[in-house]
Amino acid sequence: MTKIKSLFISLVLTLGVSTAIAGSHGSTHDLVKERGKLMCGSNTGLAGFGAPNDAGVWEGIDVDVCRAVAAAVFGDASKVEYVPTTSKVRFTVLQSGEIDMLSRNTTWTLSRDVDLGLEFVGVNYYDGQGFMVNKSLGVSSAMELDGASVCIQVGTTTEMNLADFFKANGMSYESVPVETNSEADAAYTAGRCDVYTTDASGLYASRAGYPDPSAHVVLPEIVSKEPLGPAVRHGDSEWADIVRWSLNAMIIGEELGITSANVDEMKSSKNPEVLRLLGVDAGYGAMLGLSDDWAYNILSQVGNYSESFEKHIGPNTPINIQRGLNALYKDGGILYAPPFR
Amino acid sequence: MQTNFFRKIIFDEKSRSLLIQTLVIGLFALFIYLITQQTAYNLEKRGISSGFDFLHISAGYDISIRLIPFTSEDTHLRAYFVGLLNTLMIAVCGCFLATIIGFLVGIIRLSSNWLFRNIAYVYVEFTRNVPVLVQIILYYSILLNLPKIKQAIVIFDNFYLTNRGFFSPSPIFKDGFSIVAWSLVIAIIFSFFLKIFLKKKQEDTGKQYPTFMINSAIIIFTPIIFYYIMGMPLEFDSPVLKGFNFKGGMVIRPEFLGMLFGLSIYTAAFISETVRSGIISVSKGQREASQALGLKSNFIMRLIIIPQALRVIIPPLTSQYLNLTKNSSLGIAIGYADLVHGFGGISLNQTGRAIEIMMMVMLTYLTISLTISFFMNLYNKSVQFKGNA
Repeated sequence: MTKIKSLFISLVLTLGVSTAIAGSHGSTHDLVKERGKLMCGSNTGLAGFGAPNDAGVWEGIDVDVCRAVAAAVFGDASKVEYVPTTSKVRFTVLQSGEIDMLSRNTTWTLSRDVDLGLEFVGVNYYDGQGFMVNKSLGVSSAMELDGASVCIQVGTTTEMNLADFFKANGMSYESVPVETNSEADAAYTAGRCDVYTTDASGLYASRAGYPDPSAHVVLPEIVSKEPLGPAVRHGDSEWADIVRWSLNAMIIGEELGITSANVDEMKSSKNPEVLRLLGVDAGYGAMLGLSDDWAYNILSQVGNYSESFEKHIGPNTPINIQRGLNALYKDGGILYAPPFR
Repeated sequence: MQTNFFRKIIFDEKSRSLLIQTLVIGLFALFIYLITQQTAYNLEKRGISSGFDFLHISAGYDISIRLIPFTSEDTHLRAYFVGLLNTLMIAVCGCFLATIIGFLVGIIRLSSNWLFRNIAYVYVEFTRNVPVLVQIILYYSILLNLPKIKQAIVIFDNFYLTNRGFFSPSPIFKDGFSIVAWSLVIAIIFSFFLKIFLKKKQEDTGKQYPTFMINSAIIIFTPIIFYYIMGMPLEFDSPVLKGFNFKGGMVIRPEFLGMLFGLSIYTAAFISETVRSGIISVSKGQREASQALGLKSNFIMRLIIIPQALRVIIPPLTSQYLNLTKNSSLGIAIGYADLVHGFGGISLNQTGRAIEIMMMVMLTYLTISLTISFFMNLYNKSVQFKGNA
């Protein structure tokens, strides 16, 4: 009987349920090391957050979190394979073990954290839901949108916020559901909908790609809290710690003024926290199961949070987003990482 | 004794095959059991909740294409019914349109007119050999390129064609309209009996009556007469452009039209081939014999050829209906809120109950398909040879 049973279990394994059992084979960290590269769930293409550039290399602040984790684990930020995911399949792909982590402008909510078996490890962008309309409509507030057709990506928190917002203000709307950001862009520019609603960051990113960005205006109302951050599977705390502290290392790097340009000089700093972070004072890497220079690798190869922000979505990029909420706590924002000690 | 028993099992054909069949069924059951166990185990290990409680919590999203009222406060179960009705709507409309196009094209392909015959041929070969998903997206893209809402094409003053759909006046039924509706029902029933009566009379006396003309007149004029008697109890609510969109009236959305065109034009190509083969299968002698009897050519088609061709057409037609119904799940590609898009997509995403929701969706499609098969098989029996043939 045991023979038949084992035969069938192996059959089940080969039939693709193997991925579902992958969790029992050991920690994600071991799997990633064994594989030699990090599988990172990214956006299907959102400029500034996660999209391939002209040369086909993935770029963006979400992508930088993946690169930071690869730098921490392998000492090489390029050892990442990006798996583009739509808003609908992203959690399934993570749950099934197809990717090691999800870094794809995903809102941290209670039900996702608890009910979907995920674990959010931090916030890399504080966002809120906004509305974009064509200037020619002459709309200056979201309160004037009664009766409008609204393009919305399915399976997002935005979809539920939208229903709540219109209901709370006694307004009606027609929802035009689309699968991806690029489909939404197509439907919005064709005039299928008057309004495109998603996280304000996504609106800025989309607008930058339109033929005439100045013809579109993002309305002042921000109708929700959307803390966007990387997520991993629930139940593998060692791996969650690695991803969490890779992100934190970028934020602490900014706090301490360590950039990819000065990271080598900072190794001779007198600040003990800098020395701990860069692995000059040994011991902190081992706690995470990493080498001691893991944070040094992140900061030298990916840079600190500010560098990533300015490079991909800051005021000097076409996307043109101010730091705002995403400035460090000491600069008037709410970006805050626990102490590195 | 025991050796005898084993000998019997191995060498007796009947008991041997029984043993093998039992083994196969047993192993299959074990296989299903192990998969279920493993899935439940994995779900629990991952901390993913399961169960059907989610059906009774509010959905939290809106659906614009719907046949029954639905708001974001309604439950996921109601979202399921909204999706189910949308699936049935596209399936019924699609099958209806596909059948009409399919029969027309099938007959045209056998026409003696070179131009018509070859246009039909090109149509069939083109649509049959391009994936239906590509066609759906093509038609939807064309519909999206219709004029924007502010530049709507106006047809007969009250109809508007835009890239947000086809807006038309909606009827408002006032007191007394039910009498008009009943008069129509009674007219149809009456004409049905009249047909039987006139047919019997024709069989008795040989005299032919213009049954079709008489019945058409009855069915068309009875409700019109009652409509005026009751004082015209019907008004129309015309769509008016207010703010962002048309208010009032009815609308057919481009998502629905894209699906309808894509599915029916694609499936019609297959149906036309079925129809053509059905007509060809009727032996040439039948046509020649009816010509010899002096029947007019449209009578030959209607009374001699089609009834015999139906015997060949119906079984493959059933499977085309099933294909169309299942292909309606492609609505997800263009945002048509069918069962897979709304309940199987958005609800799934909001609740994370992938297995429960997919089981429900699968069972629903299975039920729809088996129902279609059942009725088509009944119809098939009614057109087959009767008696001892």
